[in-house]
Amino acid sequence: MSGDDEALLRGAIKEYYIESREHVVVPDQIASREFGYQKLGYDGMIRHQSLPDEGALRVLLSREAPTDVYCSNARYLFPSMPMKEKEWQGADLIFDIDAKDLDMPCREGHSVAVCSECSRVSPAGGPCAACSSSKVSLRSLPCQKCIKAAHDETEKLKSILCGDLGVDPASITVYFSGNEGYHTHVRAADLDGLGSRERRELADYVMFRGAVAEAYGVPRQGAKRRDLPARGERGWRGRLAAGLGAEALKKAAAGGRDRYQGALEAASAAVGARIDPQVTGDIHRIFRMPGSLNGKSGLSKVRAGPSPAGIYAESCLLADRPVEVLAECPHRFSVGRRRSLGPYSRERATVPLYAAVYMVCKGVATAAAGAGGQGVN
Amino acid sequence: MEGIGRLECARYPFLANAGEYIADKGFTIEAFGTDPDLVPFIELAMRRIEAAASGLVYSSGLDAGDASEQSVDREVFSFVVATVLLRAAGARSLVRRFALSESRRAERFLERSLARESRERDMPARLLEGLFSVRVRRADYGYGVPVASYVRRSVNFHEREWKLVNRDVHAGLVRLTAHQVVRLVRQELADHIAERIRQSPTPPTLPNFEPHVARIRGLSESLEPKYAEVTGEHPPCVKHAMAVLERGENLPHSGRFMLATFLLGRGWDVGRIAPLFKGAPDYNEKTTLYQLNNISGAGGGTRYSCPLCDKLESQGLCHRTAECEGIISPMQFGRRREA
Ligand SMILES: [Zn+2]
Ligand SMILES: [Zn+2]
Repeated sequence: MSGDDEALLRGAIKEYYIESREHVVVPDQIASREFGYQKLGYDGMIRHQSLPDEGALRVLLSREAPTDVYCSNARYLFPSMPMKEKEWQGADLIFDIDAKDLDMPCREGHSVAVCSECSRVSPAGGPCAACSSSKVSLRSLPCQKCIKAAHDETEKLKSILCGDLGVDPASITVYFSGNEGYHTHVRAADLDGLGSRERRELADYVMFRGAVAEAYGVPRQGAKRRDLPARGERGWRGRLAAGLGAEALKKAAAGGRDRYQGALEAASAAVGARIDPQVTGDIHRIFRMPGSLNGKSGLSKVRAGPSPAGIYAESCLLADRPVEVLAECPHRFSVGRRRSLGPYSRERATVPLYAAVYMVCKGVATAAAGAGGQGVN
Repeated sequence: MEGIGRLECARYPFLANAGEYIADKGFTIEAFGTDPDLVPFIELAMRRIEAAASGLVYSSGLDAGDASEQSVDREVFSFVVATVLLRAAGARSLVRRFALSESRRAERFLERSLARESRERDMPARLLEGLFSVRVRRADYGYGVPVASYVRRSVNFHEREWKLVNRDVHAGLVRLTAHQVVRLVRQELADHIAERIRQSPTPPTLPNFEPHVARIRGLSESLEPKYAEVTGEHPPCVKHAMAVLERGENLPHSGRFMLATFLLGRGWDVGRIAPLFKGAPDYNEKTTLYQLNNISGAGGGTRYSCPLCDKLESQGLCHRTAECEGIISPMQFGRRREA
């Protein structure tokens, strides 16, 4: 990233944290949380920070202008100590659903390959078109299909959490990650103290992983006494029958217990909620802080509404004054309130600040000289 | 726990006020240790301990429904004296075994009460809530245990049927039978009993106790497993299984099968393997030998071989390390380098 790019981002980030204070969601019990952040010109994550109060958080945000800010879902007695000495006190239960894990067929069509050698941008799926290097990093641009798929998975997750696991809907908060996914935070007293193994067990439940034929109506012996799931039943039996179809289940069971077991294992991808189980099982993780900017996009992590349709506009909270960039992108894309940007073939373009930040974060543009000076310094 | 009746005291004598019960009856530990008229209770206590030492669960008139005052006295007195003797002997491995045996005994009563259509069902629910903070809800289908209470315990079970996904879960409750509810808290019940014994003060030396204390020490020593010859040449799954037994924790049947078939495959004979299982909380010499002989194919039967790694993995028994690279059976561990 060039000095001009950094200046552009730093200015935009500072401006955001100073001018748009109301967007930052100050974590509750802030003094018990571990914070971490990333900043421009510094590789890696600064972790194990503790902040006594909201004022300290505001100072950190405006002084450091971090590209990304993270906060632990756990509460600790000593949040700034090394992990073993922090004295864990409990943690929100978190589920992460990201479009990149959903095997969407549209992905290649809205992804670009940014060359690690020469920084040029090519269509995804091949080497760098300019220098033929195969060292490229893939960046995905906003896609309504992808974000809708992630949103649908989140809805599925919520219905399992509330219907089966008895989670009170009022204790669930869903956030758009600021890039391509959703974070579901559950704040419930009875789940707060669960350890990593217990949380992985809940993850397996919502993903429908580890099911055995015996528990779903096909015993090892006495195959005649089958009790196959039917539509309309509650819990996983009902979802299984609805998702795979009663006929398919019947057919698998007719093939014997092992065949049926295979069908159950394969069903996980089709009927389970496709969360990242590592995230849910990690009780010492730090998560993107609600209301903070996402350094991969310049969009904010915001509360998700009932529909994913407007989320790219709702999360676009940077200013919109014009900025000149040098852009290169093979696809047309939309960001924030701008429905149509690109394609660009290494050309100068004047775009709103939020779009300029988005494009620089994605690697499809660089700041034109002097463009960075306009923000708050 | 408050408001425990006489009968509950007999069934669950490890509850806090068993000592009070004795005091209420006008007795003291010193009296049991000196009064010749009370010697029969010491003998009953020894029967409880001996049953535990041989991996059995003690039975008495109470099991057959004798709820008379004498029966209740016998139960509570013999339990309390047994714990005093164990404490005096400082017999660690026997305490663990006694705790497990007594918890199994309590399980019988819990399960029976839970299964019964009567007021009696309230007591087990209160006991589970009082001791382990498990709120059991009664329903037409059986029992509902809150999801969080369930997973905190079920994660310690290796059997796949205990995975939450294999349970009927609705509105935050996991549906269980009386038997399953009781199974869920088995380890805690045993831990609770063991902890009570460990935390009780060392009793004074009393003449009627002395010969029994000596006998308990002897019993306990004979139960200490010998691990000296076991060294690091085994794969991690086998080492893990041995460590579980060594800690006196429960190793599931599949784990015992793996350990036995592995060692048989390495040329150990049944007589050398059997003592390893002495650490198991439910160890019974006869049963162990019978099962080992069966697995080894003694007398012309089928000789079982050690399960393959993927099978062990599915059973939650695999503890793969980098050294396991490239093997598909624990039997191959450490050997492929020679090839
Ligand atoms: Zn290149
Ligand atoms: Zn897409």
